[in-house]
Amino acid sequence: MTVSTSEAPRRVGGKAFKRHSFDPRMLWKSVPDATKKLDPRVMAKNPVMFVVEIGSVLTTWQAIARPSVFAWTITVWLWLTVVFANLAEAVAEGRGKAQAATLRKAKTTSVARKLASWSPGNAGAESEVPGTELRLGDFVVVEAGQIIPGDGDVVEGIASVDESAITGESAPVIRESGGDRSAVTGGTKVLSDRIVVKITSKPGETFIDRMISLVEGANRQKTPNELALNVLLASLTIVFLLAVVTLQPMATWAGAAQTLVVMVALLVALIPTTIGALLSAIGIAGMDRLVQRNVLAMSGRAVEAAGDINTLLLDKTGTITLGNRQAAEFVPDTGVEERTLADAAQLSSLADETPEGRSIVVLAKSMHGLRERHEGELSGAEFVPFTAQTRMSGVNLADGRQVRKGAGSAVLKWVRDNGGQPTGEVGSVVDAISAAGGTPLVVAEKSPDGAARTLGVVHLKDVVKDGIRERFAELRAMGIKTVMITGDNPLTAKAIAAEAGVDDFLAEATPEDKMALIKKEQEGGKLVAMTGDGTNDAPALAQADVGVAMNTGTSAAKEAGNMVDLDSDPTKLIEIVEIGKQLLITRGALTTFSIANDVAKYFAIIPAMFTAVYPGLHVLNIMGLHSPKSAITSAIVFNALIIIGLIPLALRGVRYRPSSASALLRRNLVLYGAGGLALPFIGIKLIDVIVQFIPGLN
Amino acid sequence: MSDTWAGTLQVAALILLLAVSYRPLGDYMAHLLTAKKHLRAEKALYRTMGVDPEADQTWGVYLRSVFAISAVGVLLLYLILRVQHHLMMALGMPKMQADLAYNTAASFVTNTDWQNYYGENTLGYLAQMIGLTVQNFVSAAVGIAVAVTLIRGFTRNRTDRLGNFWVDLTRILVRLMLPFSVVFALVLIASGVPQSLGEHLTVVHTVNGDQNLYTAATGSQEAVKLLGTNGGGIFDANSAHPFENPNGFTNLIEIYLLLVIAFSLPRTFGKMVGSHKQGYTILAVMATIWLGSLAFSTYFELHRHGVDLATGHAALEGKEVRLGLPASTLFMTSTTLTSTGAVNSMHDSYSPFGGGAGMVNMMLGEIAPGGTGSGLYGMLVLAVITVFVAGLMVGRTPEYLGKKIRPAEMKYAALYILTTPAIVLTFAGIAMALPGETARMTNSGPHGFSEVLYAFTSMGNNNGSAFAGLGGNTTWWNTAGALAMLFGRFLPMIWVLALAGSLARQQPVPESEGTLKTASPLFAGMLLGTVLLVVGLTYFPALSLGPLAEGLHR
Repeated sequence: MTVSTSEAPRRVGGKAFKRHSFDPRMLWKSVPDATKKLDPRVMAKNPVMFVVEIGSVLTTWQAIARPSVFAWTITVWLWLTVVFANLAEAVAEGRGKAQAATLRKAKTTSVARKLASWSPGNAGAESEVPGTELRLGDFVVVEAGQIIPGDGDVVEGIASVDESAITGESAPVIRESGGDRSAVTGGTKVLSDRIVVKITSKPGETFIDRMISLVEGANRQKTPNELALNVLLASLTIVFLLAVVTLQPMATWAGAAQTLVVMVALLVALIPTTIGALLSAIGIAGMDRLVQRNVLAMSGRAVEAAGDINTLLLDKTGTITLGNRQAAEFVPDTGVEERTLADAAQLSSLADETPEGRSIVVLAKSMHGLRERHEGELSGAEFVPFTAQTRMSGVNLADGRQVRKGAGSAVLKWVRDNGGQPTGEVGSVVDAISAAGGTPLVVAEKSPDGAARTLGVVHLKDVVKDGIRERFAELRAMGIKTVMITGDNPLTAKAIAAEAGVDDFLAEATPEDKMALIKKEQEGGKLVAMTGDGTNDAPALAQADVGVAMNTGTSAAKEAGNMVDLDSDPTKLIEIVEIGKQLLITRGALTTFSIANDVAKYFAIIPAMFTAVYPGLHVLNIMGLHSPKSAITSAIVFNALIIIGLIPLALRGVRYRPSSASALLRRNLVLYGAGGLALPFIGIKLIDVIVQFIPGLN
Repeated sequence: MSDTWAGTLQVAALILLLAVSYRPLGDYMAHLLTAKKHLRAEKALYRTMGVDPEADQTWGVYLRSVFAISAVGVLLLYLILRVQHHLMMALGMPKMQADLAYNTAASFVTNTDWQNYYGENTLGYLAQMIGLTVQNFVSAAVGIAVAVTLIRGFTRNRTDRLGNFWVDLTRILVRLMLPFSVVFALVLIASGVPQSLGEHLTVVHTVNGDQNLYTAATGSQEAVKLLGTNGGGIFDANSAHPFENPNGFTNLIEIYLLLVIAFSLPRTFGKMVGSHKQGYTILAVMATIWLGSLAFSTYFELHRHGVDLATGHAALEGKEVRLGLPASTLFMTSTTLTSTGAVNSMHDSYSPFGGGAGMVNMMLGEIAPGGTGSGLYGMLVLAVITVFVAGLMVGRTPEYLGKKIRPAEMKYAALYILTTPAIVLTFAGIAMALPGETARMTNSGPHGFSEVLYAFTSMGNNNGSAFAGLGGNTTWWNTAGALAMLFGRFLPMIWVLALAGSLARQQPVPESEGTLKTASPLFAGMLLGTVLLVVGLTYFPALSLGPLAEGLHR
């Protein structure tokens, strides 16, 4: 049977991705949740908004004790400020909840066909148990049309599986025993054939369970950067609290004692409510943006680390070049027929299901009319699979003849180990192909009685993806170094690296080399991101600061990484870095905005408070606000409305274009720093124009 | 030559002197604080103190060393002031009352030099010399040592060792403070400042009879009073007294002295972190604030409106008429932007905005250029806050000089910017709530309030200059003032040293294109914005009831 390798569908770049546009109706739907969050035990987690809530309680008490239109207006708007903040968080969480609901549907309780025991070829008795009772190490049988009851590895058989429940992608994928495509996820559906799965997750800790809790933000913990920002916001809140509290005796002495309502209004206007209200929504939305791109981050910390990445390790295949290298040419050694080389190359590629292997078979047929032989035809043939350590594959025929093809250094070593004496000719052909950016595969054979000898070289051509060069230039501008990881020899790697424009490359890379490179970079204080799918990638994925495991990969890889890409698209790593940066920028921009807002609020509230005793302070009323009470009301209304106004920005994140730090800073500083200074002057004035007509306010 | 011209020339001469000193003095300080070799005199001192000069301390031990020498300093000075009538050269002065002695001891150990007494009729010569002058040296050196430790936090990696306080202190005293003070004391004495241990200078006066003038070792104390940004004068009139500041030349030298170390420390910083540009960035922010504030105050003093004792268009009441108005505002600006607090004019008599600027100068945290050491560490903490917000806007975990600003670092930086405003506003608020204490003001209305606000701003920030007008020698003012000064000095030092400890433990992050450039005009602008918005705005409500209410009237 021939099965063409099915790759998970790819969506390169973020362009194809449909943004969840912000829907104002979501605000209404989230109102009940936002109201529930008024519980002081919940509010206390957000020091800034907790102070606003306490202030609201105080003004409510004052408004009841000494009712006035002004007191009630301020009270209502203070409560609205708190509700708006909760609304931001509720809306952000609401989007996750909707996704979680979809996932829950996939998690229908299924009946598992458990095997009492299993070993290759020997299956024990089958019994039906509820899927929830499966334990680690159990074996289950799943057939076409059935739901896989839990996460596990296929140990027997091959099947096409519909994983749309978790990836949202309707095209089925192939899952087979052994190798790097053995992992299956509970809740997905087998479409054809029959497989035996070894369960690798504990009940309640399956991938789908983790996904649900992640998108719901059930165990969301504050990330280090969020904590640091909270510290800054809390300290600013304390400073302003002291400034307001101590102002009263000073004002009293001046004969301008203020009411509690005005003092609370001043406090709320000064403390950084805008960022305080939106901070947690920004964090949730950041995770959410990853989920929308089909990436699951196991922690917010990982998302933040993504923004800090210094070095990206990118697998050449699939990321930098199109996955399929194509055999383009057979270059035989002197004295070897090209047809002989083609025949040997074809033989050694029969069990090689990689696109490269397939392309050799295809080339042999098209150029030399060599019929494609199936595995079964060669009785007694033993296929030697490719491994990352040997870096070659081949076949041992029943008559004792051995054929090998693979990376130059590996095959030449094999020839020498088997008594052969490779000529320098192969080396120069290999170098020439490599220098041209191609991939040379050296083919060698060992006759039953003789010494091994090289036959020639297969020229595989690598095709660098469109636009990838520009992408790397952007990354360079962002200060990120790209390292191409490839199993190719150094010359091949160098040529492709030059064509693709990566900064560095690691050729003939073994998992150990990868690990060593990560450690070396980290010792220099750099943060490293990588993708991986194989079990042998697991240690490196765990070591990297951001390790993105492909969903098609093994369970071990998915366990080791701190993110899983459901689309299994290695290019996604670049987007993940951008999302991490965007998250931090959004926080910084809104903090700057929030602090800059204070200037206008001072000019609104201070003259309103003290013009009565010091008429000269009227000069500070540069906005020409109608009356002291309308001025204070306008500042508070603006303060509340700006939260609602910025919810879409907090959820979407500020616009991010890859560029240098200085360019980014200049742009954001103008937009959110200067904008934060100017906007409230306009906003408060406009609100004042309306507010002054509230009957009985003045 | 008009006053304005003379003033402009004096500013130009001052800037030239400071510019010429920047490199050699900054490099020299970096050298003396990083050199491996000990001087023979220093080795002898280490042996006497029982200190192993090669043993580096953790931040906690370093802090305890700072506390130890300061506690001993307070205690010793208190004792000296309490028994001064038994000392030599007491000139018949009685012992100082307990609360005043406590206030004075706290004041001089904290580099504040707030004086609730009149030097010339309270202290004998020996108490001045072995009491106050010693603290003038030590408190200045402690400030520099703490600043250098913060720099080491940036330059050292993966260690909890930040240097040895006793070595830093000894070197700063032996190689910097002592020789420079001696040289400049001689310069001042040569320019007319008296230096005498004789009982009194008797002046024969034909009308009023003979006068006995207090002279003291003014020249030697004057030099360190300014060089160490102390500001405590021998005389009550401080540098407005002709013995302390006899002429235009000494006025220039005095301003130079109080600015030179603080303005050269950014060079030391740049040298130690291996990038002079980093030093220039900090220097640029300091210089911008200093020049801006100077221009602001001078403008308002020269264009004062309203009824007062104005001569022509300028406000000359309380100014140093011998030196002219611009020289007075130059002194005022420099003394309030450092932690000096010496005065050559009475800040109380400035126009509301001119005097208010002096208050704002201190409120900004005395960072432009600030006290010896304290100015640099204050500015660096603000740079950390700036880096945090700006760093987020470039999409990375913020880092300054290769060190990340994580929750721990942020905690200490946030506590730092929180502490001083908390002290100033809380004490001022309490004072205003106590009818007995507000009665100590000489003025009513916003000007009266300014006296109180100024007093606690000055003490909380360890400046020591007074707005005048406030009768501060009461038990409450002495006690509250001492507490404000001690908290204002040592709480921030805890946060700075803890921050240094946290930074030094880190593994540095290599710089890349994506790193925020902290040596750039853009960053300097942001730092300036942070200083004004994050620190300055805190005081806006209080200022609106003082200088703003007084200055804005229709």
